[in-house]
Amino acid sequence: MNEATLFLMKPELSLMLFLFILLIGKVGDWFKTNESVMNLVHGLLVVQLGICLIPGTGEAFSGMYRTHTLIGFEKLILTAGTLLISLQSWHWARNHKHLPEFYILLFTTLLGFYFMLSSGNFLMFYLALELASIPLAALVNFDLDKAKSSEAAVKMILISAFASSMMLFGISFVYGTTGSLQFDQLPQLINGGQLQMMALIFIFSGFAFKLSAVPFHLWTADVYEGAPVAVTAYLSVISKAATVFVFISILSPLFQFFPALWNHLLEWVIVLTICVGNLFALRQTNIKRFLAFSSIAQVGFILLAFVAGNADGSASGIFFLVVYLFSNLGAFGVVSIVSAQTGHEDLVHYKGFYRHHKTLGWVMALSLFSLAGVPPTAGFFGKMFLVASGAAAGNYFLLLIAALNMVVSLYYYLRIVKFMFVDEQEHHMILQPAHYTVMLALFICMAGVLLTGVVPGLYAYIQSLL
Amino acid sequence: MGSVIQLVLVGMLAVSFYAAREAGDLAPMLFEYRSSWYPAFHIEYHVGIDGISLLMLLMTAFVVVSGILLSFKIEQLTKEFFFLLLMLSMGAYGFFISLDLFTMFFFLEIAVIPKFLLIAIWGSGKKEYSAMKLALMLMAGSALVLVGILITYFVAVGPDGQHTFDLMQLAQVQLPFEWQRIIFPLLFVGFGVFTALFPFHTWVPDGHSSAPTAASMFLAGISMKLGGYGCLRVATYLMPEAAAYYSWVIVLLATIAILYGAFATLMQKDLKYINAYSSVSHCGFILLGIGMLTKTALIGAVMQMVSHGVMTALFFGAIGMLYERTHTRQVSELGGLLKSIPFISSMYIIAGLCSLGLPGFSGFVSEMTIFMGAWQREGVFYKVATILACASIVVTAVYILRAAGKAVMGPIENDAFKNLPDATWNEKIASVLLTVAVLAIGLAPFWLINLVSGDVQLIMENLTRGAIGN
Repeated sequence: MNEATLFLMKPELSLMLFLFILLIGKVGDWFKTNESVMNLVHGLLVVQLGICLIPGTGEAFSGMYRTHTLIGFEKLILTAGTLLISLQSWHWARNHKHLPEFYILLFTTLLGFYFMLSSGNFLMFYLALELASIPLAALVNFDLDKAKSSEAAVKMILISAFASSMMLFGISFVYGTTGSLQFDQLPQLINGGQLQMMALIFIFSGFAFKLSAVPFHLWTADVYEGAPVAVTAYLSVISKAATVFVFISILSPLFQFFPALWNHLLEWVIVLTICVGNLFALRQTNIKRFLAFSSIAQVGFILLAFVAGNADGSASGIFFLVVYLFSNLGAFGVVSIVSAQTGHEDLVHYKGFYRHHKTLGWVMALSLFSLAGVPPTAGFFGKMFLVASGAAAGNYFLLLIAALNMVVSLYYYLRIVKFMFVDEQEHHMILQPAHYTVMLALFICMAGVLLTGVVPGLYAYIQSLL
Repeated sequence: MGSVIQLVLVGMLAVSFYAAREAGDLAPMLFEYRSSWYPAFHIEYHVGIDGISLLMLLMTAFVVVSGILLSFKIEQLTKEFFFLLLMLSMGAYGFFISLDLFTMFFFLEIAVIPKFLLIAIWGSGKKEYSAMKLALMLMAGSALVLVGILITYFVAVGPDGQHTFDLMQLAQVQLPFEWQRIIFPLLFVGFGVFTALFPFHTWVPDGHSSAPTAASMFLAGISMKLGGYGCLRVATYLMPEAAAYYSWVIVLLATIAILYGAFATLMQKDLKYINAYSSVSHCGFILLGIGMLTKTALIGAVMQMVSHGVMTALFFGAIGMLYERTHTRQVSELGGLLKSIPFISSMYIIAGLCSLGLPGFSGFVSEMTIFMGAWQREGVFYKVATILACASIVVTAVYILRAAGKAVMGPIENDAFKNLPDATWNEKIASVLLTVAVLAIGLAPFWLINLVSGDVQLIMENLTRGAIGN
């Protein structure tokens, strides 16, 4: 290990350093108020953003760790998302009794995702996956006075462990049949045998769990409902984004060896995911459960990126994830303010929201429109590109299902907009003005939603990285 | 204010377009502007106009200005109302000038949410139901259009082996017929939902009636023409062989729409519903013209789009003004309004006369052109359809005259109506603007036809590839 390696691993090392700063700070009782913790964390995350911006390409530890510009960009996206979530949860975090621990666990999870993105070897990948998943399950429990939170955490850890072990099973078969765990060696070694097919299916199942793809989605609603809003936002955006990034760079090439199986699998999963996500979202009355099912449907769309298996598909997937990050965090931002100040999480409480809170109403409406895929928000472009790249393979039936489901999803997103804009109620919510960090985060999200689509630079940039 | 500026700009555009054409610039599209938007998908921001688009733009400008002038009395959330109206008009303007399929789709979809919000917040009657129904049906139509556009993109390989979304380039490529048979229905039905193609017209009555006045004017006047323009420019232009193949279906559905719309209107007792169902009927004429695939019929369809646009805007505007003063839209409760509010009632009568096709107004000219064009088409089926469509004019006359006679003329039913305030200055300007448009088209249609015939000829040339001649 020399200076070059250290410099290559700078995002991880700096994050670890910040993690230890927080840990020592907690143990040494440096933090007198929650505000100081939050300010420190936000500062550290901004520095982390800067570090992620410095490019670097190379390998370390005989191929276990590798990085290049695309991976750096992906880490940047994850860090930006974490920063936005942290900014948004100001109202909830201010009154929390164990805030430094929250951030320590959050940083650990993020570190796990960093290593996952940079892994060059299945072993490293699995290690990083566990490093990310276990603290995440603990984070779900952070509404410490609510029983629902603990219930959600138990569900999360049990299912998470089960899915990870299934994935490990698949990984072990891959090793057994090919003799290697290195990602760059595997394409040459895979020969299309049946045991390998089974192995890849198990690995895909592990991924599908993290992505909440059907039929591995059953944990999503309960966990999203029980967790604090910040963690729900994290799960729904960052965790999914990291999983998709890894899938694009590492595992998609491996699956190309079983084209018939892969296409079949993808088609079924996509159709089921989009349809089930939409149908269940129609019936929800709790906004966090609603956002859970809507994100399941979005995952169905993201999986379209893998259908064609070409660079266009991957670029659309990454582009959509950036857009999805902005839209979802916009929606979660508003939910977090409402939930922290009033404790209300039911959709009916949002009736008449717009008349009394115009800015937040527009933020929520724009985020929902972006999730629905309505122009001129970026969500429209994201969905269009995904659908276009998915159709490139010639499966127009899939395209039709996706397009028709956009109509269904529009219905449930419009229902919330209707509650907010059209309906009235006597005992409507009255919110205190939000803290400036929250408004800053929401402003960034809205800028992202409005500009990222109409201004074409981002997509071209992503394509250039692939 | 902004919309007036837009109107002036469109006027200037019209003048310069005319001048350029006179000077002999015969390029298919003038004032083109293209810039690469998403090169990975060959998407460009490509806009340009020809005669047909120019007419659509003019019509949009007139209707939007009038709509805004008539909305001075909106009380709640006024800023949002005008913001949404302007978003709608942006969508319409953009749609009519786009020459790239993706850009076209972008502008088409921009309009859906403002429509929903306009009806749901400022509407009347069962507004939430109508708004949701409208939004979902229009979105479903757009979904079909999206699938059609994407399949076209992938199937059409240009001369250099490239895919493209560009409309003009796609027109040069002859798509294989097996694909055309699949894509054309998708596109035509998708756009047809916007133009009240039977049986997807069910959003029209509730949507138009529950909407606030300016939104109804826009919806019936412009939004329904988005579909007609799409059917003409995208479906028929790009896929002439399939258009010829399916033309009997289009003619059948259009004729059903015309007759069904007319007869359904007879049963209506609410002024707005009368107008809404009659819009279904009149837009059926547009689709009939497109379905007949002769040059005169296509010109007639374009003219009907423009004519119906301004006419129905005037109609809804008059109804809106009436409703504001009398607070009822039921024909049975109205009567003798000509005595108390003569200006508004006259506007209502003018709109009604135009709707039933009185010569001198635009309705006569456009419907006549469609009938002439439709009659030119060979085949008993088409002649029968033409005759049936002509016959519907009688039904139109019945319901219009009955409604006008009962609501506006005759004795005053309700004493409260004796002293109603007549039109204010903004309402007068709006109504006069639209009446001028209606009369201009009706009395001097040749400038319209000259503008359009060259471009329709282009579409016909594509069609003659498919052995349907003029």
